[in-house]
Amino acid sequence: MTSQTSPEATPTPGGLADLVRPDRVHSQLYRDPALFDQEMDKIFDKTWVWVAHASELPEAGSYKTAFVGRHPVIVNRDRQGKINVLLNRCRHRAATVCEARRGKANSYVCPYHGWSYALDGSLRGVPYAEGYEDTLDKSQFPLVALKVDQYQGLIFASLNHDIEPLEDFLGEAKPWIDLFMKQDAGFGVKTAGEHKFRFPGNWKIQLENTTDAYHFPLVHKSFLTSLDDDTEELFDVLNQGGFVQDLGNGHSVMVMIPDLVDLDENLEAPIPERFEALAQELARDYPDDVVRKVVRAVGGTGFNLNLFPNLACSMAFFRVLRPVAVDETEISHIAITMDGGPAAGNRARLRLHEHFQGPMGFGSPDDAEAWARVQRGSAAGSDVWIMLNRGLDAQGVDNRGAGTGDVSAETGMRSAYRMWKRMMTA
Amino acid sequence: MTGQTNTAASSLLDAMSFIWREAELLDRREYPAWLTLWRTEGIYVIPIDPDTEDFDNSLNYVLDNDEMRRARVARLMSAHSMSATAAARTARTVSRFVVVADTAHAMTVRCVQHLVETKRDVQRTYAAEITYDLARGVEGLLIERKVVRLINSTDALGGVAYLF
Repeated sequence: MTSQTSPEATPTPGGLADLVRPDRVHSQLYRDPALFDQEMDKIFDKTWVWVAHASELPEAGSYKTAFVGRHPVIVNRDRQGKINVLLNRCRHRAATVCEARRGKANSYVCPYHGWSYALDGSLRGVPYAEGYEDTLDKSQFPLVALKVDQYQGLIFASLNHDIEPLEDFLGEAKPWIDLFMKQDAGFGVKTAGEHKFRFPGNWKIQLENTTDAYHFPLVHKSFLTSLDDDTEELFDVLNQGGFVQDLGNGHSVMVMIPDLVDLDENLEAPIPERFEALAQELARDYPDDVVRKVVRAVGGTGFNLNLFPNLACSMAFFRVLRPVAVDETEISHIAITMDGGPAAGNRARLRLHEHFQGPMGFGSPDDAEAWARVQRGSAAGSDVWIMLNRGLDAQGVDNRGAGTGDVSAETGMRSAYRMWKRMMTA
Repeated sequence: MTGQTNTAASSLLDAMSFIWREAELLDRREYPAWLTLWRTEGIYVIPIDPDTEDFDNSLNYVLDNDEMRRARVARLMSAHSMSATAAARTARTVSRFVVVADTAHAMTVRCVQHLVETKRDVQRTYAAEITYDLARGVEGLLIERKVVRLINSTDALGGVAYLF
């Protein structure tokens, strides 16, 4: 299905490189199954792809299953504390060796013929090995391991063993990751479940959305209406002096609430009325400085950090996208709590997450509807383009210079598509 | 003995009638009328974790008290939610009723719901086991707690702009 060439393929004379221009991209990028296959090969098989947060693998043997592009993988922590990311396929006849979403295991045993693998992927046992008459060298058949690295608990994997170090790839995004993690209020970030949903549309529509402040007041009006007046004012994201910044390598940050960029600042500010009850509850068990940190961090940061291609550190949660097909994308919104932090504070964080996120939240279903409408609309016309020129001046330069623009500028999307073009034409 | 059986049967009939009426209100999106089926203290839960009873300390799809329930209804009925204005049509059946507990003041009923939604040429089904804690008042039954356990709660769902 996905290997068929779309009837609208290659309408432009310049070929693939011409599909991404400085101020627009061709709608073929949402629709062409052949392009989707190339994206899996040239982007998802080549770059760093986020697979887990360290808190999901708390002890030796802890694992989760995930995807790197099209490839099902197991992410685990072995007895040495090392994180392994392994292709989830037996080296004998390809059956998956693990089907649980998460859990704890000492080894993985293929259910088909019983080949067994250690946590680092090495092949340990082969039943009735004598049938191979000593020709089977077990060292040649481990579960295929990906390259793994982590930064601030964010675990990334790559099928490309020649890839640049993760810290170089993240580059200018690193200080923003550091800022994002401050919402742990000093306790440590711990993931706490996820809302998972699919929408009938291309993955890049969602990638764009994380750095799109322009849609917020319109698409999320019903969410805004459900808030108290102070919180509604807080989410007036277009009028707080925010900005978008291109961080290189396709990454970008969109600052919507500048006051909440550094959660260690302004800790002396009065507790907002809507958090007074929480502050009083926390004050029974925690000193004033901890109460203030927890309350200031409870709603997360004031920015979305978009990391190309599949992760966003989005205000108070991790947004993970998984391309399923050219017109099908799976989204996970992973909730964040404070590891061992105040239960009342963590409950407040979970309720805030439920309020906006997920298939029945007050926000996500409206996003999903908008994205589905983009995919459907992009079928119209054979040479009509997706415009990404908001925030460019008449000379085509980002209008505040240095890649920094108005909060509703499409700078972050342009950054992602520049990286897309770089990787797809490499 | 006969008297007790009749009481149990009439109790089950009361619960089924009440739950079917609720199902019809939800399919017809008569949300203000649906709100009147609840006790003010009532809790509406759609958990993700299939095993948890500790909803407060877990991430759920829905964990609504009266205030959130009213806000949710207001959102679904407002003209400002693009998913709600384009909500899927639904038809649901509820059956396999089991009375778990039955006293003079309250009863607990467990049942299964099959819901079919349709939107833009695509039909999708959601099956769930639902547990109702119902309070008996002078004017009949009211919902004290409704827990909807979708059998695919840990899978990826679609956007849902109606109520289970």
